[in-house]
Amino acid sequence: MTLFLEQMLNGVQFGVMLFLLAAGLTLIFGIMGVINLAHGSIYMIGAYAGTWVAAETGSFWLGIPAALAAAAVTGAAIEFLVVRRLYGRDHLDQVLATFALILIFNQTITILFGRQPLFVSMPDVLGGSVELLPGLVYPVYRIAIIAVGLLVALGLYLLINKTRIGMLVRAGSTNREMVRALGVDIRLLYTLVFGLGALLAGLAGFMAGPILAVQVGMGEQILITTFVVVVIGGVGSIRGAFFASLILGVVDTGLRAYLPGLLRQVMVGPEADALGAGISSMGIYLLMAIVLLIRPKGLFIRNS
Amino acid sequence: MTPVLNVKGMVKRFGGLLATDHVDITVNPGEIHALIGPNGAGKTTLISQLMGELRQNEGTIELDGVPITSLPTAKRVSMGLARTFQITCLLPDYTVLDNVAIAIQVRQGHSFRFWGNVRHAQELRQSARGFLDAVGLGDRAGELVANLSHGEQKQLELAVALATKPRLLLLDEPMAGLGHVESQQMIEMLRGLRNQVSMLLVEHDMEAVFALADRISVLVYGRIIATGTVDEIRDNPEVRTAYLGEGDELC
Amino acid sequence: MEKTLKRPVLLAGVLIALIALPTVADTTGYAALTSLATRVLIYGIAAASLNFVLGYGGMVSFGHAAFFGIGGYVVGILYQHYSLGEPLFGFIPGTNQLLITIPVALVVSGLMAALIGALSLRTGGVQFIMITLAFAQMLFFLFVSLKTYGGDDGLIIRRANELPGLNMRDKQTVYYVCLAITVAFFFILWRIVNSRFGNVIVGLRQSEKRMAAIGLPAYRYKLMAFVISGMGCGLAGALMANFLRYASPDMIHWTKSGELMVMVILGGVGTLFGPLLGAAVFIVLESILASWTENWQLGLGLILLFVVLYTQGGVQGLGSRLLGRRA
Repeated sequence: MTLFLEQMLNGVQFGVMLFLLAAGLTLIFGIMGVINLAHGSIYMIGAYAGTWVAAETGSFWLGIPAALAAAAVTGAAIEFLVVRRLYGRDHLDQVLATFALILIFNQTITILFGRQPLFVSMPDVLGGSVELLPGLVYPVYRIAIIAVGLLVALGLYLLINKTRIGMLVRAGSTNREMVRALGVDIRLLYTLVFGLGALLAGLAGFMAGPILAVQVGMGEQILITTFVVVVIGGVGSIRGAFFASLILGVVDTGLRAYLPGLLRQVMVGPEADALGAGISSMGIYLLMAIVLLIRPKGLFIRNS
Repeated sequence: MTPVLNVKGMVKRFGGLLATDHVDITVNPGEIHALIGPNGAGKTTLISQLMGELRQNEGTIELDGVPITSLPTAKRVSMGLARTFQITCLLPDYTVLDNVAIAIQVRQGHSFRFWGNVRHAQELRQSARGFLDAVGLGDRAGELVANLSHGEQKQLELAVALATKPRLLLLDEPMAGLGHVESQQMIEMLRGLRNQVSMLLVEHDMEAVFALADRISVLVYGRIIATGTVDEIRDNPEVRTAYLGEGDELC
Repeated sequence: MEKTLKRPVLLAGVLIALIALPTVADTTGYAALTSLATRVLIYGIAAASLNFVLGYGGMVSFGHAAFFGIGGYVVGILYQHYSLGEPLFGFIPGTNQLLITIPVALVVSGLMAALIGALSLRTGGVQFIMITLAFAQMLFFLFVSLKTYGGDDGLIIRRANELPGLNMRDKQTVYYVCLAITVAFFFILWRIVNSRFGNVIVGLRQSEKRMAAIGLPAYRYKLMAFVISGMGCGLAGALMANFLRYASPDMIHWTKSGELMVMVILGGVGTLFGPLLGAAVFIVLESILASWTENWQLGLGLILLFVVLYTQGGVQGLGSRLLGRRA
């Protein structure tokens, strides 16, 4: 039972990481109609910048502003130099231009940092574990990630629902023309949304550092999973992104934890492990297929 | 007599907004029924629902007495419904002739034919030319749509719609953006078609409406406030305040 | 008029050059050129297949490497069962005959395209891109986990499939087989593009709203186009597995889908032979950049970015504008 709860918490932790990326992506799709493959690169750059600064200075905490700053600068540069030229263009151009950005960023990082993954040790405060329930001992760092993720979700909720910018964002994600008609400086709104998305991606990247290896290609791996989140949650819906992230996080973690064991009861060990790993990495895509059959526009978009 | 089009209790909501408010409307065989109303009254929304491009929240639609309420657009077209678009919606990379020919091709049946060159299909080209001649675009057949004037695009819209051989034609502001001479030509053209096809005509140009319509319905805020002959509508005080009066001042 | 006369002449010229290529390569001492050209032909088929949905049909699929990989794995898996003498699922015998493996690759990739297409085409736009990408990635993980078929490492095919009367161990023969298949493929594609079916597909790209208004049920046509396109990529994958004598999850990796798209845009979207030209440009570029620096992807990224942002119509468009043929 405690093992199960632990896996659930791992799922939630993975879920909030996905949410940090998905929130930005879904807003950028919803409001600007732009597909940005380089979102994963921003995540990677946040991770590298933060981890490198933390390693050089010996302070984990200094890594946070470094990661955020690097992500924001990268995001602003992408928006200003590339994405801004793509707003009116078709999706194909957007995909290819941002695909080019991935190649450029990945190769640049390889030149700067080499192919060896970077590691960062976490500060002592976050290093230990606590007993959440009798018998359920859980790492503080993962609890911190969950807390940060939920705080961000709450902050976004307040931002979207209680502020004027949020009102424009909501209007923009359902009706782009209307926001233009309101006489709002749409460029500024776009830049703000893009910057916010970049910050969240950078934050997620840095937080992933102590758990996962910081390496080239880490961005694309999670980006594709994030796409699944956005499709399931519905393009443009922050609420959808939040719930879909948690669902996917839990489902993915649960399958990886339990499927090989289940298969081992009917097959030989190593083969069961391999097949189990394979099927569990397919799980979220199968979930997406089911959602598409029932609600093609996503779980949290009302069908018109 | 069964009406060609029979709409009952049509309702369409966008969130809290009632875009179509319990609309009943009929079009009789051979009739031109004009639908007028101020901007934002929900005229285009109504046409989109009739075509099945938008799904209504309530209400039923019958074409020649056959219910088509839940049929997809393609099916409705094959049963004899066609529309033109207010903001022209054509295939811009194709020639004028191609635009009409593809409509005939689709009408003829499925297009799962992978081998013969469609531009060598003489029967398509011939009959497409016929429709172009009928709307006066015969000499523009080889031109790309992107190079047509606005008036010519409106004519082509009509030719494409006719090429589907409709029983009922839904015309969404066919005069909009046309000059005086072009409008007169369009009126003549529609008048010439009235024996072949019934029409629901959405139009702002009152001259055209009074010249063509057998009956007029007035749509205001999604609701039909009056239906009658040209003279009845002209003299209806409610219509005058809600719509015509306002229109007079604007002109 | 001038154009209609020029094109067949140009095509005949290119075909003659392609037929002469291995001989020229041998006599000039650049024997590697034949292998390079074989890869160009195979990727040309794949890119042209993708272009059929992407350029002609306006469906931006980011998952076509899935079908390329399936084609490759059909050849690989059938070969493995042939060489081990164990039937697949206990009743399907393996084979090393190209005349069997190619049709099987076509059928299997077509079925997979039908499945993925049927789901993905339920939506459009940005979702379609993400969904096709996600499904391809799903297959990638599937093949990585299939240890029976090499898992991560892929599947080695000891010998290329046999074709009666031909020595398929000879690189030149493989080249000519690929050339013959390429010619046949492009002839069929040309017929389809200009057929009634192609007409509605190109119409759908221009305006789906218009096509609905003239009574076209779009979904089934788009799905059929997707299946045809998937089969083309499956064919290319089967040829590639024969050429490399190797099938691996790399064939399905999302970067492969990206590369196919890059070839399409380099050559010119929505043109018949553009993707073949794009494949040639891509592969030559890759070889040249890779010989200069191991960081060739940086150069490729910069070139691609430039092409997308500043040229319209890829290399063809750029070329004709530089030559001043089109203002």
